[in-house]
Amino acid sequence: MLGKTANGLFWMYRYMERAENTARLIETGQRIALTRLNQTDEEWKSVLKSADCLSGYRAAHDDMSRDQAVDWMLRSKDNSSSVVSSVNAARQNARLVRTAITGEVWEAVNSAYMALKSALSRKVSERDLPSVLRLIRHHAALVRGVTHGTMLRNQIYDFARLGTFIERADNTARILDVKYYVLLPSAKSVGTSIDNVQWESILRSVSARGGFRMEFGAGGGPREIAEFLILDRRMPRSLAFCAGKLGDNLNYLADDHGAGAASRERVSALENGLLSKDINDIFQFGLHEFLQKTIEEITNISRQIEQDFRFYA
Amino acid sequence: MTEQPVFDEMWGRDEQLRAPYRNYHNWFDKEDPKRLRAKNREAEDLFRLTGITFNVYGRSEAEERLIPFDIIPRIISGAEWAKLSRGIEQRVRAINAFLHDIYHTQEIVKAGRIPREMISQNDAFLPQMIGVDVPGGVYTHIVGIDLVRTGPGEFFVLEDNARTPSGVSYMLENRETMLQMFPELFSKNRVQPVQQYPTDLCRSLEACAPRMAGPNPTVAVLTPGIYNSAYFEHAFLADQMGVELVEGHDLRVVDGRVAMRTTHGYKPIDVLYRRVDDDFLDPLNFNPESQLGVPGIMDVYRAGGITIANAPGTGISDDKAVYSYMPEIVEFYTGERPLLKNVPTWRCSEPESLAYVLDNLEHLVVKEVHGSGGYGMLIGPTATKKDLSAFRRKLKARPKNYIAQPTLSLSTVPIFSRTGLAPRHVDLRPYVLVSPDGIKITPGGLTRVALKKGSLVVNSSQGGGTKDTWVLEE
Repeated sequence: MLGKTANGLFWMYRYMERAENTARLIETGQRIALTRLNQTDEEWKSVLKSADCLSGYRAAHDDMSRDQAVDWMLRSKDNSSSVVSSVNAARQNARLVRTAITGEVWEAVNSAYMALKSALSRKVSERDLPSVLRLIRHHAALVRGVTHGTMLRNQIYDFARLGTFIERADNTARILDVKYYVLLPSAKSVGTSIDNVQWESILRSVSARGGFRMEFGAGGGPREIAEFLILDRRMPRSLAFCAGKLGDNLNYLADDHGAGAASRERVSALENGLLSKDINDIFQFGLHEFLQKTIEEITNISRQIEQDFRFYA
Repeated sequence: MTEQPVFDEMWGRDEQLRAPYRNYHNWFDKEDPKRLRAKNREAEDLFRLTGITFNVYGRSEAEERLIPFDIIPRIISGAEWAKLSRGIEQRVRAINAFLHDIYHTQEIVKAGRIPREMISQNDAFLPQMIGVDVPGGVYTHIVGIDLVRTGPGEFFVLEDNARTPSGVSYMLENRETMLQMFPELFSKNRVQPVQQYPTDLCRSLEACAPRMAGPNPTVAVLTPGIYNSAYFEHAFLADQMGVELVEGHDLRVVDGRVAMRTTHGYKPIDVLYRRVDDDFLDPLNFNPESQLGVPGIMDVYRAGGITIANAPGTGISDDKAVYSYMPEIVEFYTGERPLLKNVPTWRCSEPESLAYVLDNLEHLVVKEVHGSGGYGMLIGPTATKKDLSAFRRKLKARPKNYIAQPTLSLSTVPIFSRTGLAPRHVDLRPYVLVSPDGIKITPGGLTRVALKKGSLVVNSSQGGGTKDTWVLEE
């Protein structure tokens, strides 16, 4: 396979995952804004921060408002992570790798692009927001579904999966880190005063509320939530799950490309280091520091994948 | 000369339904126009979803547009086609022989059949190709011959596209769309298939691999990239052949071979089906500014390390001035009388011709010698006075740059318009594959249709559409 094609697949799936994650973040933000009595735009600040686009927003806007924040994340062409930009980029990459994906995957990406282009051509009103967000999730699910159902399990699929899980791990780590930061600024308050709505919003942003309830019923506090989203290998958006998938796919690629890929070493190191701790150790270590280190390591793994498989040179 | 009515391929000149259309017309008569209109929209949605679009140059955004598709097929009888394909084969053989000759001993010039300066002074002549022995002796691996029709048995060659003819993906997708929308038509009519084209193309390219290639040559398609107007087609063909689609920056010369950067490292390519113009192919040998090509590929090529399809320098054979010599070229190399007619052509470089053209401009079509896509041409009968005088000035300033032809009375084929069937002018581009194993012509080709009433311009960049083209079994 061409290095360029591997790169295109990796980014096509990163961007599809990103579009979906951004939609989920907006959904969560909107929900919190609606259910909280003391409506505050603080929530949008943290949503923007979770989506890693707060600084861009600030450069473009003087004040914080729901409308502007939602628009920035959904439609802005100046925000390279907005849903519109992500879906455009996903499709552009899909065009680039048209020969590597099945016709059905291409059609799913193309129809996502066409449907969202028209749904997001104008500012989305508060009333239409839920259905637009549903549409985004629906199309992302469709792409994932035909990928799963029609693509050969070969290196093409491996690169698609690497993109998916790098993006997802990064997203989960960021959501945790932002909320942790907002809620528990000093180590002293860890595990003491928690805001249920905030913690619930974390679960919602990674679609983990159902799974969490299944495990812990009505109980379960922040410690359990952190454990669930960081270490639980059954939870498909947890850091440990994503790292496991990255490891699997790099192993398949190693079968193909010969051993010794540095990216595989790095994923093993992440799994055996940071992700082998138990949650108490992590709190001891400092949740924020832990998440920062993890985010940094995910970025390093991504760079190493680029090098190992000659994405650019 | 009395004005003859225009020849319609369904209705002839006298409103008598022609034989190839009999079955189709029976079916059409019983169809509900409403259902057909719905099918028309369905076709458009299908094209949009599969992404069969082309990018329009010179627009603000890299806009993607659909080429309008018309659901009424153009139908050619098996006998008509058999005659036509003999002519095409003869012409393509002659073009290859001509290219070999002008890049070697130039017998045709020595024999006085074509003026020396027509070759040596021609911008499309590539001195870098002199004396190069191309793998398998094939210059034009893929040719698209543009034909127009003026009567039952009268076809003319308008242009020989011997560089990188495009449009074949529309031929394939048009058929695919018709099969999906009107399966019943294909059980009623025995239409010769076109779907084998990508397989034929791949085999044909493999058969042209350089001698040093192994038993399973590596083929790749070279595209200028996703912003090129025909990117869809490049991806489509690579996909259908199951080969890599590469860009210049994926390639480099490694150990005397052109190799592509894979996730495993560099892998040599044996046959490169390039959809990049000569000028951009190799910044070391041609345009130094080119980002689209591969530095040094021409040196590998000359050393026999790769097959480039089509060969560099084939443009001279579809140059519009050289075109006017095609009857002589065909006769010179095949020893036969040309089976396909050329449109009579005045070379404005010749003073008497120029004088004639200037005097009769309002009856003629004037084209740039190196132009394509329907740009930069003048259609005398529909031009305004202002256009005419502007063109007169251009002709006087650079006569060598132009040729002129009479306006032909192009045949029409009905399209499905809002008010029912309506005749529109068409042309036809069959696709021809050349390899040492022989010449293969896909039955049918791309029919382009001028959607505007009376218009003769079929180019997709100027409002033309396409039709599925049927060649019936005998």
